[in-house]
Amino acid sequence: MEMIRTETALESRIWDVLHTVEDPELPISVTDLGMIDAVDVADGHVRITLVPTFSACPAIEVMREDIRRRVRELPEVQDVQVDLSFARPWTIARMSERGRQRLVAHGMAVPAARPPARPVACPFCGSTNTTLENSFGPTLCRAIYYCNDCRNPIEQFKPPHDS
Amino acid sequence: MTEPAGVLPRVTGLAGYLLAIADDELILGHRHSEWTGFAPDIESDVALSSIAQEEIGHARLFYEQAAALLGGSADTLAYGRSAGEFRNAILTERLNDDWGYSIVRLFLYDRADAVRLEALAGGTARSLADLAAALRREEKYHLLYGEQWLRRLAGASDEAHARIQGALDAAWPEAVGVFEPVEEERTVVESGIMTLDAAAQAERWRREVTAVLEELGLRVTEERGGPGGRSGTHSEDLTVLLGDMTEVWRAEPGATW
Repeated sequence: MEMIRTETALESRIWDVLHTVEDPELPISVTDLGMIDAVDVADGHVRITLVPTFSACPAIEVMREDIRRRVRELPEVQDVQVDLSFARPWTIARMSERGRQRLVAHGMAVPAARPPARPVACPFCGSTNTTLENSFGPTLCRAIYYCNDCRNPIEQFKPPHDS
Repeated sequence: MTEPAGVLPRVTGLAGYLLAIADDELILGHRHSEWTGFAPDIESDVALSSIAQEEIGHARLFYEQAAALLGGSADTLAYGRSAGEFRNAILTERLNDDWGYSIVRLFLYDRADAVRLEALAGGTARSLADLAAALRREEKYHLLYGEQWLRRLAGASDEAHARIQGALDAAWPEAVGVFEPVEEERTVVESGIMTLDAAAQAERWRREVTAVLEELGLRVTEERGGPGGRSGTHSEDLTVLLGDMTEVWRAEPGATW
């Protein structure tokens, strides 16, 4: 029978640390991105399960190392293992509202968390009169749109394709 | 505790099968990366660079799985083997030649990869099935990109159409070679890790791609050929590619960067 668990003090401190680990390429934490699937602690041994947005993203190893190093600094922690998992794949619904707001403030368009899909809104002028210029952008998780009203190029946070 | 990351079953032929997939992705990813700075427009320059980065990243994930069975690391598998030890389909190692050939190859290969990933995603090895399902969602953008360009070129001028037909004639027999089984692949299928064997995957791929090609007025020359890559027979193109790709690694194997 599975026991009902409550979060221990150490687990809660680990989550506090994770809230401060940011994506090296975007102003958003790994927790706001929704990349942390689980934190398991047993006798000071910590296992953190990380869910990539795009599996080939080169920032994964940077975040993985940051997590390992920062969590290891907690006095009660003996060792930290960060596993990648695709069992519950990343979707845009995993991103927190706070994370979404930070990306929009940074000048990115972010798709709706849930269907129905809505037209891409320009983060500068709010117009939805936008056109897809390129499904590929400066990183694997970005596409390029163009705002036909304020005439700015837009980076859209691009989730993996669900269809 | 959450369940540990999946442990791969010890199935004969599985390591070889994973290597073949990883080799395909690495070698074709390298070829795509050669368009960086040279593609016909800046959007394609960015697209091919992204697709290259993604294929090489996918290669790394499959090499890690293979390394878990064979020992070594993703890097030693990618950089420490000779051409005869590579299991990639010959299609993936061919020179880019021209943009038309690269687009035809991208279309044919990514359609084949999609069928292969679907067979793995439905299979019984949890970690592989999860990985394959995740990769399909990423690869979908490659599929859309390849088909869009194929339609654009095949429907343009007579010269463009003729060049695409020529590229298809060159690529087709070697594209069929993507489904050449690796040694003991039968055991992998029988273990349930794949839901379709190579012949059934090839059949499905052929049906799907010919529907698009025929719609565009392109002919497929029914010829068998292009096998050999899965057993280590390669063209000179691969030897030259590996020489370039591994030059830095060979300068000091095991160095950390």
